[in-house]
Amino acid sequence: MIKTGIIGLGKMGLSHASIINAHPDLDLVAVCDASALILEALRKYGNFKTYSDYNQMLAENDLEALFVATPTKFHAEMVLKALAKKVNVFCEKPFSLTVGDGLKMVELASSNNLVNQVGYHNRFIGTFNFVRKLIQSKILGDLYHFVGEAYGPVVIKKKEATWRSESSEGGGCLFDYASHVINLVQFILGDIHDVNGVMLKKIFSKGVEDAVYSGVSLESGLTGLLSVNWSDETYRKMSTQITVMGTEGKIIADAQEVKIYLRSDNPQFGFEKGWNMRYITDLTENVDFYLRGEEYSAQIDYFARQVKAKSVENVNSFSSALKTDIVIDLIKSKAS
Amino acid sequence: MDRILFGDNQFFAVNHLSDEKSRAQSIQFRKNDAIIKVLDIAIEEGVKTFMCTTHDRISSVCDHIRANPAQYKGFKIYPCMPYAHKYANAVTELGIVGALKEYLPGNIFSTLAKGGMAFARKDFIAMMELMIDAEMKMFKGIDTPVIFIQNVITDLILGLGMKDVFKAYHEYIVKKYNAEPGYITMNMPLLLDTLEGIGIKNPIICSSINKIGFRMSGGKELYEKTIRERQFRPIAMQVLAAGAIRPNEAFEYVCRLPNIESILFGASSREHIKNSVETIKKIG
Repeated sequence: MIKTGIIGLGKMGLSHASIINAHPDLDLVAVCDASALILEALRKYGNFKTYSDYNQMLAENDLEALFVATPTKFHAEMVLKALAKKVNVFCEKPFSLTVGDGLKMVELASSNNLVNQVGYHNRFIGTFNFVRKLIQSKILGDLYHFVGEAYGPVVIKKKEATWRSESSEGGGCLFDYASHVINLVQFILGDIHDVNGVMLKKIFSKGVEDAVYSGVSLESGLTGLLSVNWSDETYRKMSTQITVMGTEGKIIADAQEVKIYLRSDNPQFGFEKGWNMRYITDLTENVDFYLRGEEYSAQIDYFARQVKAKSVENVNSFSSALKTDIVIDLIKSKAS
Repeated sequence: MDRILFGDNQFFAVNHLSDEKSRAQSIQFRKNDAIIKVLDIAIEEGVKTFMCTTHDRISSVCDHIRANPAQYKGFKIYPCMPYAHKYANAVTELGIVGALKEYLPGNIFSTLAKGGMAFARKDFIAMMELMIDAEMKMFKGIDTPVIFIQNVITDLILGLGMKDVFKAYHEYIVKKYNAEPGYITMNMPLLLDTLEGIGIKNPIICSSINKIGFRMSGGKELYEKTIRERQFRPIAMQVLAAGAIRPNEAFEYVCRLPNIESILFGASSREHIKNSVETIKKIG
């Protein structure tokens, strides 16, 4: 069993804690949070040591793995301390507030030979993995355009301020929502080289943007658009979609389905000319424990396997997440 | 419980296969009248139980049922709480304590009512009871013989191993609402072990059960073995695996499994409702 701890018991942290605790190879021994209420609930009804000071948690428990699910501004300090103590780290997204901090984490993880992973869970969704495979097979011919989108109802009226309404703390639609789309574009289509025509719009929030619209250029020369809005109440929950267009056809994919339009038959994947559909029911494997989506369990299971195998290669490594941070930085600098 | 339970996903744009279909559904059911109309069709086709989330819009369905007692005589509702996305979106924005402040009834920081005291004393069971009461308010006067916790909450608690919370929920539903507690889960075998472990015998458990093993955590074989050999009252949901299996084949599989007490399905048109009800009745 891998002795595991977690810092930050918000929505993602609690969800991770539940999945970790149910995992056969992970032993959740200690949890840490700033809220006395949450800690008391876990102390009273769970079977974990609880801490309000993560330094104390790191000092008192010989952890092999740590999950960091705190607000983004705390990531660097916590992750660096854990890495220095030779602890493998899973860090929530977005990875880091500054590229400088991100680089330090990438370098320390690498020099200490530790497993490092970031929680961009779209990389564990069956539909998006299938699209990546299709794009790599060049099924669409020469690509000429893409659109990465995400919409959801997070901020739909003016409310009291939290860390998510402070850009300096990693709040806002760009850090929280658009980061997922940027990371997904990088995963499926390749690294982003530049952005232009950036529009950051405030809808209900005062301190941060609620929508991000931008042109994007990839290192391959391909260009496309980002369209992200977390103040769209026509969506029940976050919905992420990617559309890719090429000379031989078009793909539209979200977490549930992949729609593929082809100008000719494709025997390799068994597609016919015209529209073809593939659904998540065919593209996802069952997990041993399910909470909110297969991808959340799959990413933790993958992390556990990498730790067990002492394999530092990672589909969601710190360095891949740092590339997303760099694009976020670019968007911010072009907007101001 | 009835053999057939009518679900509500289609009314609230929940479609596990297609965001586009979700959108079409939210347009079809933009008015509460459209929901009631489909519900009435289901009743005409022989459905007697409506299993639904505690979504805000269900309260107007409840108003309609209360206003027409003769028409809905013998009709039952199985509430499933909470409507998780309401809380999930609030937690994303406000954090957990912020969301609690938003949704615990009354202003808990300025009154010394039960809520305020429960919060200050970190009396979690009292807080849970307050939240159950808040969710149940809309069903006052309606027959709700089984009351469920939604899978997101069931499975969160299950993973964290907070068994006493299940126990407290179970006792409160029996005591306060004179109803049977039910559990929706994506991890049925593990939940059954856990509930039996705290002395809850023969529980009502609603979980995905379908021919292709979709969302059957731990695998289809383990599910089938558990259904065959263990003592509990299974409800099969996601029987069509979000539309991946054709209805006849899907109902054929689940109806032939031993011990399945009820089958939950949702549909938006008379044709689909009629066809599903007839197929289930024909196979048995």
